[in-house]
Amino acid sequence: MTAKPATGTTSILKTAFVNALIALVLFSLMVGIRTEAGASGQLTYWTRFGELASLVAAVFGGSIVIELLRQWIGPTGAEKLVPPAVQSGMSFIGRYLAPALLIFTLLVPVIFYNQRYILDLAILVLTYVMLGWGLNVVVGLAGLLDLGYVAFYAVGAYSYGLLATNFGWSFWICLPLAGILAAFWGVLLGFPVLRLRGDYLAIVTLAFGEIIRLVIINWQELTGGPNGVSGIPRPSFFGIPLDNSDDGLAAKLGIEYSPTHRIIFLFYLILALALLTNWATIRLRRLPIGRAWEALREDEVACRALGINTTTTKLTAFATGAMFGGFAGAFFATRQGFISPESFTFQESALVLAIVVLGGMGSQLGVALAALAMIGGFELFRGLETYRMLVFGMSMVLIMIWRPRGLVGHRAPTVYLTKAKAISSDLVKEGHG
Amino acid sequence: MDYFAQQLINGLVLGSIYGLIAIGYTMVYGIVGMINFAHGDVFMIGGFIALITFLLLVSTGLTAVPVILLIVILVSMAITALYGWTIERIAYRPLRHSFRLAPMLSAIGMSFVLTNYSQVAQGARVKPVPPVITGGYTLHESADGFVIQLSNIQIVVVITTIVLLAIFTWLVSRTRLGRDMRACEQDQTMAALLGVDVDRTISMTFVIGAALAAVAGLMYLLYYGLVDFFMGFVAGIKAFTAAVLGGIGSLPGAMLGGLAIGLIETFWSAYFSVEYKDVAAFSILIVVLIFMPTGLLGRPEVEKV
Repeated sequence: MTAKPATGTTSILKTAFVNALIALVLFSLMVGIRTEAGASGQLTYWTRFGELASLVAAVFGGSIVIELLRQWIGPTGAEKLVPPAVQSGMSFIGRYLAPALLIFTLLVPVIFYNQRYILDLAILVLTYVMLGWGLNVVVGLAGLLDLGYVAFYAVGAYSYGLLATNFGWSFWICLPLAGILAAFWGVLLGFPVLRLRGDYLAIVTLAFGEIIRLVIINWQELTGGPNGVSGIPRPSFFGIPLDNSDDGLAAKLGIEYSPTHRIIFLFYLILALALLTNWATIRLRRLPIGRAWEALREDEVACRALGINTTTTKLTAFATGAMFGGFAGAFFATRQGFISPESFTFQESALVLAIVVLGGMGSQLGVALAALAMIGGFELFRGLETYRMLVFGMSMVLIMIWRPRGLVGHRAPTVYLTKAKAISSDLVKEGHG
Repeated sequence: MDYFAQQLINGLVLGSIYGLIAIGYTMVYGIVGMINFAHGDVFMIGGFIALITFLLLVSTGLTAVPVILLIVILVSMAITALYGWTIERIAYRPLRHSFRLAPMLSAIGMSFVLTNYSQVAQGARVKPVPPVITGGYTLHESADGFVIQLSNIQIVVVITTIVLLAIFTWLVSRTRLGRDMRACEQDQTMAALLGVDVDRTISMTFVIGAALAAVAGLMYLLYYGLVDFFMGFVAGIKAFTAAVLGGIGSLPGAMLGGLAIGLIETFWSAYFSVEYKDVAAFSILIVVLIFMPTGLLGRPEVEKV
């Protein structure tokens, strides 16, 4: 916490002591005293000096450990490039990790056929992988910080939910519609605000996300308000329902019906959608528009000097990302069968953003791994609802400090002139557009 | 007309609270060039510390309201300022020369930490306090019986804001620290060359911003009579809107923007719909950024290559 790196035992102890003192003041009232409204609305309080003492002791011990580690590692000098041997090893792993993961994912329903919990979790992870890949187009490729991505997810979910419950349209008609509507909203929002600088854009998208959520809550005649939309139809296998009826898929195939069929169908559905997102992104990166996105991320002024229309370029990135968000939203609605504004809070946006950032902004594999780590980590903290968001926030700060480029912070340039060179992502400067 | 006047008073009081928070945003943005996303939560922490101090003081048997308020204001300013200092130290300083989005993301993480920290530490339920400052004046009573009220708490909020703003303006324009802050705002490298301790100045910026947010938290607590762990998020966005509306980086602009947002929100609730008051505030943010990105009093930004 303190500025100068401490040397020698006394100064380490001194630093730790100062930190502990700061912690004591910080936590004294917030942790040492617990307030609660009593039955009659009267506030009461009780003391928790034990917790306070252990927290302060933890800070004291923690700072000693950190100072020792700091001395042990030595001063962090110039950014070190990873040695070539390790780099080639990494790229070897990188080359085979993705296909291996894909094959494993394809086999998940076979391996865990009877474990409903794992299948549900896998579907959840894949939903976030898809959202991460969608947002990656906006944040990772075009370098636009979008804090309101969940708005497009909500637009997609409500599009399907409302069209299906009010008009009885099937999932397969609504899915493209949800994507188109979300993209339309993306254009509608993006058109005026994309001229803004990075952090202004972030706040405007955040405001937009909140506006969408507030409108959903308050426009009760259309959306049902806080009660949400329920009874959203389950998806059918291209018109054939996946249920126990006589014309259900199981009956037609002549096999015994099991509720797991629907789960497995959902699993492959979201896998296909996620892979579609991935495939589209990879293809787009090789098109002029994709290259323009990446150029925009690196230096906006240079882009303009080269005659790239930055507004259109940003708009396409925004709309593409929004469209994938809409697809994911439609899937979410059909999987849950029930949607309410509670599912579309800022926390969701931040979670998806954290996945993209952790994954290294632009790396498709990194995003997938980050989604797995995040959602898996959330599952570990299941039941500790409040602590898990605390840990989530802390890890976001720590990751930014430790590796601002994310865990897979390796940006392979899509276009190169002579020979592909692997450069550390730390060397790639972000443009100040 | 009377209804209008009453709403005007309410709006100005609410606007003072937003203005105090907005100053923290605008100062940090002016000097470090980042949106301190966690500032709304610092405001919330300030409210909680004020509540706890108040509770402790009352339980010791102290009854003189002015003394209690003075102690509460000082304690919550001091501790919240330390929160501001620590946040800058942990989450922002290591990232000062990192890439553009890093401090913003770190700030979002910090905001989650603070929100959930107070939820874990103080529980999720809303904490009500009995009204401390009661009574007020009737300014005008119309023929149909509508009364324009000016309550004592409203007077306290406005006077506290004015006094704090006077001290703050003096600090920025007349002291060594204020000069350092203005120097850092213009050119950090040059300021450092001329002997300004940039790190210390930035730290002090966060400390002052947090202290003002703590007062805003206390005012909110007194005015609305409650705090909860989630109040920082919406208040933070609105105060940021105020800072942008006033022209980010401009200190009088922040106060002006705060008053404007307070008035807009109050009048919107009074004449249109309460449900959509937050939508109105957020829409203003979008509209202002589109049509008037420099705000009311901001300087146009020169884009450097």
